[in-house]
Amino acid sequence: MYKEPEILSNYALGSNSGVSLGEGDFQINFGPQHPATHGVLHLVITLNGETIKKVEPHLGYIHRSIEKMCESLTYRQFIYVTSRMDYLSAHINNHACALAVEKGLQVEVPARAQVIRVLMDELTRIASHELWWGAMAMDLGAFTPFFHAFRERESINDIMEETCGARLTMNYMVPGGVMHDIHPNFQKRVKDFLQLYKRKIHEYDELVTGNIIFQNRMKGIGYLSAEDAVSYGCSGPAARGSGVSSDIRKIYPYEIYDKLEFDEVLETAGDSFARYMVRIKEMHQSIRIIEQLIDNIPEGDFQAKTKNVLKLPKGDFYTRVETARGELGVYIVSEGGTTPYRIKFRSPGFSNLSVLDHMARGSKIGDLVAMMGTLDLVIPDIDR
Amino acid sequence: MFITRYIKEVWGAVKSLTTGMKRTLYYFTHHKEIITEQYPDNRDTLVLPDRFKGEVVMPHNESNEHRCTGCTACELACPNGTIKVITRFDITPEGKKKKAIDKLVYHLELCTMCGLCIEACPSDAIKMAQTFEHSVFDRNKLTKVLNNPDSKIMEGVE
Amino acid sequence: MWSFSYIANEIHEWLSKTFNPTWTLIIEMVLAGVAVIGLFAVLGLILVIMERKVSAWIQIRLGPNRVGPKGMMQSMADTVKLMVKEGLTPTGADKIMFNVAPVIAMIVAMLLLAPIAFAKNFQLWDLNIGVLYVSCVSSLMVISILMAGWSSNNKYSLLGAMRSGAQIVSYELSAGLSILTIIVFTGDLQMSKIIASQKTGWWIFKGHIPALIAFITFLIAVTAETNRAPFDLAEAESELTAGFHTEYSGMKFALFFLAEYVNVFIVCAIGATLFLGGWMPFHISTWTGFNHVMDYIPSSIWFFGKTFFLIFVIMWFRWTFPRLRIDQLLNLEWKYLLPISMINLLVATLMAMMGWHF
Repeated sequence: MYKEPEILSNYALGSNSGVSLGEGDFQINFGPQHPATHGVLHLVITLNGETIKKVEPHLGYIHRSIEKMCESLTYRQFIYVTSRMDYLSAHINNHACALAVEKGLQVEVPARAQVIRVLMDELTRIASHELWWGAMAMDLGAFTPFFHAFRERESINDIMEETCGARLTMNYMVPGGVMHDIHPNFQKRVKDFLQLYKRKIHEYDELVTGNIIFQNRMKGIGYLSAEDAVSYGCSGPAARGSGVSSDIRKIYPYEIYDKLEFDEVLETAGDSFARYMVRIKEMHQSIRIIEQLIDNIPEGDFQAKTKNVLKLPKGDFYTRVETARGELGVYIVSEGGTTPYRIKFRSPGFSNLSVLDHMARGSKIGDLVAMMGTLDLVIPDIDR
Repeated sequence: MFITRYIKEVWGAVKSLTTGMKRTLYYFTHHKEIITEQYPDNRDTLVLPDRFKGEVVMPHNESNEHRCTGCTACELACPNGTIKVITRFDITPEGKKKKAIDKLVYHLELCTMCGLCIEACPSDAIKMAQTFEHSVFDRNKLTKVLNNPDSKIMEGVE
Repeated sequence: MWSFSYIANEIHEWLSKTFNPTWTLIIEMVLAGVAVIGLFAVLGLILVIMERKVSAWIQIRLGPNRVGPKGMMQSMADTVKLMVKEGLTPTGADKIMFNVAPVIAMIVAMLLLAPIAFAKNFQLWDLNIGVLYVSCVSSLMVISILMAGWSSNNKYSLLGAMRSGAQIVSYELSAGLSILTIIVFTGDLQMSKIIASQKTGWWIFKGHIPALIAFITFLIAVTAETNRAPFDLAEAESELTAGFHTEYSGMKFALFFLAEYVNVFIVCAIGATLFLGGWMPFHISTWTGFNHVMDYIPSSIWFFGKTFFLIFVIMWFRWTFPRLRIDQLLNLEWKYLLPISMINLLVATLMAMMGWHF
């Protein structure tokens, strides 16, 4: 029997974790460099054979103190930094910040800008879910879906590049509207994308969803009850997979979401497969929203008139949006100056990660990877 | 019945697996679906969208004139201190002092291509260029002076 | 006509004329060894480039296309890279076991080449228990993986090795049972006789449904035995980083890599020999003209064609399916493959006794 050197077991990182190392237990460091963590997430896993006894996330490897940085940037400037938090839904992050500033300034955003913002948000959501779909299939050992997902994602990125000037960190939202008007090709390109998407969507089911191996890996694994989802503060697809209604677009509608027709996707099973299906169906709902809006972009300004130097009145402002991963809250405390006194981001990834230990106990290493896949963790979003 | 359920299970599994294999076989045999762009080879035909944010440049006209008044709006708008405007005072023929830029220093290595400087510029003096191959061996080469040597401000730009 | 057996006979005659019998034997041994090593190198190069191209086309990519014509020299460049890389031995590793493990993997793969008939009358060793020998030696593969995983002093490696141990030991069973199905039909363990028995038709056609089921079971089992996706739990990139060869680098890693591909070739060659007639051309019983045309295709092309088709199928599996979990993997073997292949063997035995096959 292999005996761990004493110095190592004394130095066990999770010694305060409530699970003591028993006979035959051992700990492995899952990350910070690991193919399945998609970033620098470090999990200390206590294992008994293949069975997980405890998962302890160690954060901080990509902490860039974005909140602190924002305190020294003006209200126009700090928006661009938030693209670097959850880089897969950069538009939506920027949107949340713009909304918070607008709330403080009490600026009315023109109707055209609102529609453009929502269109961009939904395109971002689809792009993010595409990447999640591919990356999650890759975690489960199927490499091909990753490239197939990137084909569709790439065409969204092209649309973004044409209108916003960048593919990932667009910085398109400014307080009071959007930076430029949409590109003349925008509508045509989006329609082309919708066509491509509809032509290819059935392949997702053929390659992954319907696959018996995939279903066995997903169904009944990583169970999260509705109560636990609420008490751990889960949001987004992670909560909706457990039947917790948490779509900010429906509960606290912002922009024009209350005038749009779309469904909040709810699954009640609470397992990995439910979370998977929520995301897949959310893509369909996003397509539905885009179809409603793409031909109905109202004429008008794309940006409200704002002062050159923005000053928020004294007080605190909180806005929330639904990113691709869940609820993103932006909390600004203003002392009346040109820079925020304090900013706090309530990121969805952090709360969703906290539930991992609860879900993973008693399952196998392969399941842990699948669970992390369905939680759709973006590490810079967790650390900020 | 146990046996029929067992057989059904096996049959369903085999069917789902063959659907996936049919899809991959389709792509294996249909090479026209390949989407790879062979980047360094297609440089000549590569078209970047006109809004692509690659690098801040200052356009000059034929007589080496730019539109920058040296107002430092871009410097103030920049979140990372990428732009530094160094001004000097020219003596106009009438004998008046006039503010003009000596150098507009642009640190490409700090730039995040957010485009706020271009938004802030009141005289459209700077714009984004569609270049993206920025790698150099010497970091100093990334610190650029945007205005050409001996360039002047365009007539009528205030 | 040019064939492997013709070349071999020419060399043998020339050697016996020039040297005395002892030296002839020694030189022939050396030649065979060189041929095997050469075959290894060539197979490694071909299979790696094949895998990369197959995966690329399935994944709507172009694949390697820079080195050499259409990227065909890519695996050569990779080999050079691996050869000049430093082969690290981690501190704390069991040095002897760590360095011996990849060599064992190679030796096992080499041993397995012996009874395979590459063409008509071209075989290293036509021993009378050929199939038994193959199934025995192929189970030695697990030793090298266990050694590598244990000696690396890395928990990921150890987990990978343990998974692989459970997996290979389990899947040996259904691989063996599906081979047995064919043995029941032929009544012989010798490779050459098994091939000769398929002169009138391959066993996959002659053996009706039992042979087909055995063929499918065999394919699944050997995919698992060679640790390839969807059964690549020993490596399981997204779970165990690289499994049992996490700590290996340079040429030691290359040996594992090569052994994996050669093993794939070997199991596919066995599959082709047992089910698809080895080097035997495709014959339809009464169409003499057609059979004649088929005979003109050299036997080595038949053999390699069938083998590479099976290799393609295994690659196709790999780039389509997600990976199984370890308990599902064992469930698949013990609850599905094993009962099915046992009943199948029973049916096949009945058929062979009654003479119901063609």
